[in-house]
Amino acid sequence: MSTKGTVVGIVANLVTIEVDGPVAQNEICYIDLHGTKLMAEVIKIAGTQVYAQVFESTRGLYTGCAVAFTGHMLEVTLGPGMLSKSYDGLQNDLYLMSGVFLNRGEYTAALDSSARWEFTPLVEVGDEVRAADWIGEVPEGWIRHKIMVPFDYPGIGRITSIAPKGTYRVTDRIAVVVDAEGNERELTMSMRWPVKVEIKGYASKLRPFKILETGVRAIDILNPMMEGGTGFIPGPFGCGKTVLQHAISKNAEADLIVLVACGERANEVVEIFVEFPELDDPRTGRKLIERTIIVCNTSNMPVAAREASVYTGMTIAEYYRMMGLKVLLLADSTSRWAQALREMSNRMEELPGPDAFPMDLTAIIANFYARAGFVQLNNGQSGSITFIGTVSPAGGNLKEPVTEATKKAARAFYALSQARADSKRYPAIDPIDSYSKYLEYQEVVDYFDATIEPGWVGKVMRLKDMLLRGKEARDQINILGDDSVPLEYHITYHKAEVIDFTLLQQDAFDAIDASTPIKRQQYMVNKVLDVCSRSFAFDNFEEVGAFFRRIINIFRQMNYQEFMSERFRQLEAQLETVMQEREGRGVPEG
Amino acid sequence: MKARAFQKIYTHIENITKATCTVRADGVHNEEMALVAGRPAQVVKIDRDRITLQVFPGTQGIPTDAEVVFLGRPPVLTVSPDLKGRFFNAYGAPIDNGPAIEGEEREIGGPSVNPVRRKQPSELIATGIAGIDLNNTIVTGQKIPFFADPDQPFNQVMCNVALRARADVIILGGMGMSNDDYLYYRTMFENAGALDRIICFMNTTEDPPVERLLVPDMCLTAAEYFAVEHRAKVLVLLSDMTLYADALSIVSNRMDRIPSKDSMPGSLYSDLAKIYEKAAQFPDGGSITIIAVTTLSGGDITHAIPDNTGYITEGQLYLRRDTDIGKVIIDPFRSLSRLKQLVIGKKTREDHPQVMNACVRLYADAAAAKTKLENGFDLSDYDKRALEFAREYSRELLAIDINIDNDTMLDTAWRLFGKYFTRDEVAIKQELMERYWKE
Ligand SMILES: Nc1ncnc2c1ncn2[C@@H]1O[C@H](COP(=O)(O)OP(=O)(O)OP(=O)(O)O)[C@@H](O)[C@H]1O
Ligand SMILES: [Mg+2]
Repeated sequence: MSTKGTVVGIVANLVTIEVDGPVAQNEICYIDLHGTKLMAEVIKIAGTQVYAQVFESTRGLYTGCAVAFTGHMLEVTLGPGMLSKSYDGLQNDLYLMSGVFLNRGEYTAALDSSARWEFTPLVEVGDEVRAADWIGEVPEGWIRHKIMVPFDYPGIGRITSIAPKGTYRVTDRIAVVVDAEGNERELTMSMRWPVKVEIKGYASKLRPFKILETGVRAIDILNPMMEGGTGFIPGPFGCGKTVLQHAISKNAEADLIVLVACGERANEVVEIFVEFPELDDPRTGRKLIERTIIVCNTSNMPVAAREASVYTGMTIAEYYRMMGLKVLLLADSTSRWAQALREMSNRMEELPGPDAFPMDLTAIIANFYARAGFVQLNNGQSGSITFIGTVSPAGGNLKEPVTEATKKAARAFYALSQARADSKRYPAIDPIDSYSKYLEYQEVVDYFDATIEPGWVGKVMRLKDMLLRGKEARDQINILGDDSVPLEYHITYHKAEVIDFTLLQQDAFDAIDASTPIKRQQYMVNKVLDVCSRSFAFDNFEEVGAFFRRIINIFRQMNYQEFMSERFRQLEAQLETVMQEREGRGVPEG
Repeated sequence: MKARAFQKIYTHIENITKATCTVRADGVHNEEMALVAGRPAQVVKIDRDRITLQVFPGTQGIPTDAEVVFLGRPPVLTVSPDLKGRFFNAYGAPIDNGPAIEGEEREIGGPSVNPVRRKQPSELIATGIAGIDLNNTIVTGQKIPFFADPDQPFNQVMCNVALRARADVIILGGMGMSNDDYLYYRTMFENAGALDRIICFMNTTEDPPVERLLVPDMCLTAAEYFAVEHRAKVLVLLSDMTLYADALSIVSNRMDRIPSKDSMPGSLYSDLAKIYEKAAQFPDGGSITIIAVTTLSGGDITHAIPDNTGYITEGQLYLRRDTDIGKVIIDPFRSLSRLKQLVIGKKTREDHPQVMNACVRLYADAAAAKTKLENGFDLSDYDKRALEFAREYSRELLAIDINIDNDTMLDTAWRLFGKYFTRDEVAIKQELMERYWKE
C-alpha cells in the first residue's frame, strides 16, 4: 500500500504533511485540492512530519488536504519522440497544455503514446545484455535512436524474446530479458529515470580532447570548448549571456542541443520557438529545431520546477549520450536554479551560508557539472555532453557564491565584461580574464596540431600575450598621456585593437559574421598575426591611430563578406596596399 | 470589502506582530482574504488551525478580541469595460466617488501564459524620444523600467511615452506615489483627452506601504482582461517599483525571514519576475506592455532592487543629467532595449542598427577623451572632434525633450557623422555609407 498523508501546514510553496507510512527523501507526492492534483517533492522528513515543496501555486490549500505518495522520485520518461519538443521543467509537453494560460495541476505526456516507430532489432534471442546495451533502433528524425536495456538493469541478462522489424508504440513490449535467477523482465521502447541520478552505464569517462566548434571566434580561437567539456558564462545583466548562448546553440557542431531556459524571460524562449523551425543547421541543412530539445521553466513559472528543470535537461542529455551522440547542454541561468534552492532553504529555516544560499551550494553545483563529460560506451563507441551554463552574479560582482562555486566546477570561464558591453564590443567576453583550462591539456595541443595546423596553440598564446600587452600599453597611455609615452606603446595598443575588432568582436545578428567556421578563423588569425608582426613607420601617435583604424575598418568589412568571395579578395588586396605604404620606412620593433 | 452573511467570526487573536496576527480557525485556505477589526488582511501561513494573517494597513491598535472574518476567497478584482476612466485604491475599490463596478470577479495574481502560446513581439512603439526610438526601440509586449534617481523627471517622461504610445488602454499603478505626482498624471491625462482609456490603481505616500503589494497584480489583472478578452493593446505604468520592493522587505522582515542582499527577501527575483513576466503579446492581437520606474539611490544599479530588475526586464532606460548640455538624457551606455533587434532595420530604415551602434561607439570615444581632459592631458584632433560630436548628439538626440520621427533621427545622426568624422572613423558597412553618407 502506498503511503497517504494530510496537509497540516502551508507557507508559500512549502507544505507540511502528516503521513501514515514510510516516505523516501525526494519522493513525489500529489496533494488533492478539490480534485486538482498538485505535484510536490519531499525535501525533509522529521518523524511523521514531512516537508514537501509544491511545483505549483499553493493558493487555496488548507489543513486537511489529502496527499498521496507515489513511491518514486522525480522522474522523466525517456524514449523516442523527445526531439524538437518543448517541455516545462517537469517534462510536461507545453504544446499539449490546453489554453493560453498554464492551468495548475495539468500534466501532459512527455512521449506520444500513439505514435508508431519503425523498429529494427539489434540483438537476437540468446544474446547477453547489460544495462544500456543497444537492443534495437528507431529513426527519430535524423537520429538513429537506440532502444536500450534500462539503465537500472542489474547484472547480466539474456534476451528470450525480441520483436521483429516492424512498427511499434513506445509502450509496446519489444523484448523480454531473463537474469541468472530466472527473473523475467519485459522491455518497451521507453523507460523512466530519476533526474537527480546520473545515468551511468558507460565504460569510462575520458579527458576531453576534441574541440567543439561554436562558430564564435572569441571562444574557438582564444578559449576553445571541448567536446564533453564544461564552461560557464558569468556576466552582469544585459552583457550578452543569452545572445551568446543562442549563438552557440545555432552554430555549434553538436548532434543534439538541449536548451534549458531556467528562470529567465519567456520572450527569449519565444525567439527560439519562432526562429529554430526556420533556421538551417549550418552543417546539415536541416532545420535547427530538428536537433533541439527545449526545457523551459521561465521566471514566472513555479520556483520548485525551476530547480528541477536543469536536472530534467541533464537527464535527457545523458540519455542521448548513451546512444553515442555529441550532445550540447546549455542552461540559462544556473543562478536562478541556485536562487530556487535558496528560497526553499530559507523557508525551511535552515542555517544559511554566504548571501543566504544553502551551505551545500558548492557541492550541488559541482555534482551537476560532473555529470557532463566525454564517455566511452560499453560497445566501444563514444558520446559526450558538453555543458555551458550562464551565471547571473548579483550586482555583477564575481565574488558571489554562485560564481565562485561554479568556477571550481567548470573548466572554461567566459567572463562577460560590463565595459565591453557598454562600448558595444560584442560578444563582451573579456579576453584577459577568461580562460579555457583545456589549452593546457597535451592531448588538446596535439589535436590542434593535427586538425588545424602545427603550432596552433602557440599562436593562440601569442594572441593572448598581445592582447595583454595592448591593455598594459593603454593603461600607460591613460596614466602618462599620449605624448609622454614612446610611439611603440601606441603601436602595441592598436595592434591589440586589431585583434579585438577583427577576431574577437563578432556581429551575432549579421547573416555572415554570426558564425565563423574553423577554417576561416584560422585564415583570419594568420592574417591578423601577419599585420601584428610587421613593422610600420610613423611620425606621431595620431598617425598610428589613423592607420590602424583604417586597417580595422578593412578587416571589419572582410568579416561581413562571404569567405574568399571577390569582394573579400579585393579588401584583402586593399589591406596589403595600405600596409605596404606604411612599411619599411622605420626600424623593426621588438 | 464586505463580509458575507454565513461566515464564521473569530474573536480570539493569539498573537500580534507589527504586520501580522495569528488566530485559531478551521477550513481556512492559503492566501484567502479576511478582515481583522475591519482591516483587510490575507492568510500568509497555515499551521494546523493556527492561521497567520498579514494585515495590510498594519496592526496598530488591534485588540486580541478583535473580530476576524474570513472572506472565503483570494484577493479579487471586478472586471468589466467600465473600469476604463476610473480610479481605484490598492484593493480595487473606487476612490473617484464613482459607482462600484458591476461585473465578473477575477482572482488577482493568476497563472502565467504558456510560453508556447505567446507571440513574438514585433510592433514598434514610437515615442518621438530618440533616446528610446533610435537607441533603445521598444515594442508592444515588452517590459522595461526607467532607472532614475528620485529627483529626475521620470513621471513626466512616462506620461509623455504613455500618451504618445497609441495604447487602447493605459493602466497606471501608483506605489508610494506622492499626491502631487498623482494629481500631475490626472491632469495630464485629462488635458490630453485620454481619461476614457485610463485606469488607475493608486497607493500614495499617505496610504499604508504594505497595501502597495496588491497594486501590480490589480493592474495586471485588469490588463489581462482587456488584452485577452478585448484584444486591446494595453500599456501598464508602474511607479515606483523600488517602493514596491521596499514593502516586500518590510513584510519579510516582520515575518522574521532571513534577508539576502541589501536586506531584501531571498525571493525578490521571483517576486518581481511574477509581475514583469505578465507583459506579453497574445496570439489574438492583444498585448500587455509594462513600463516601470525603479528609483535608484545615488545612481547605484548594483543594489539588489535595480540589479534583480535588470535581470528580469527586457532592458532599462537610464536617466542621467548631462551637465554639458544641462538636460536630462537617456544614457546610451547603461540603457538597453533587448527587443529592439526585432524591429530595427526591419520596421525602421535599413541603416538603423549600424547608425545606432556607430553613434554609441563614437560617444564612448568622447567619454574616453573627457577622462583624458579631466586628467590634464592634451587632446588629439580626433578627441576634440569626438567631444564636439558628443555634445551635439546629446542635445539633438539623447535629451528627453526630443519629439521627432525615426527617419529624422537617422538623418540627424548621419549629419553629425559627416560634420565631425571621416568615413573610416565611422566604420559602417560600405553599402550603407554609399547610400547615406553626408559630407
Ligand atoms: N553579440 C552581440 N551582438 C549585438 N548585440 C548584442 C550581442 N550580445 C548582446 N547584445 C545586446 O545586448 C542585449 C542583452 O544581451 P543578453 O540578453 O544576451 O544579456 P544577458 O547577459 O543574457 O542579460 P540577463 O542576465 O539580464 O539575461 C541584447 O538584447 C543585445 O541588444
Ligand atoms: Mg539573459
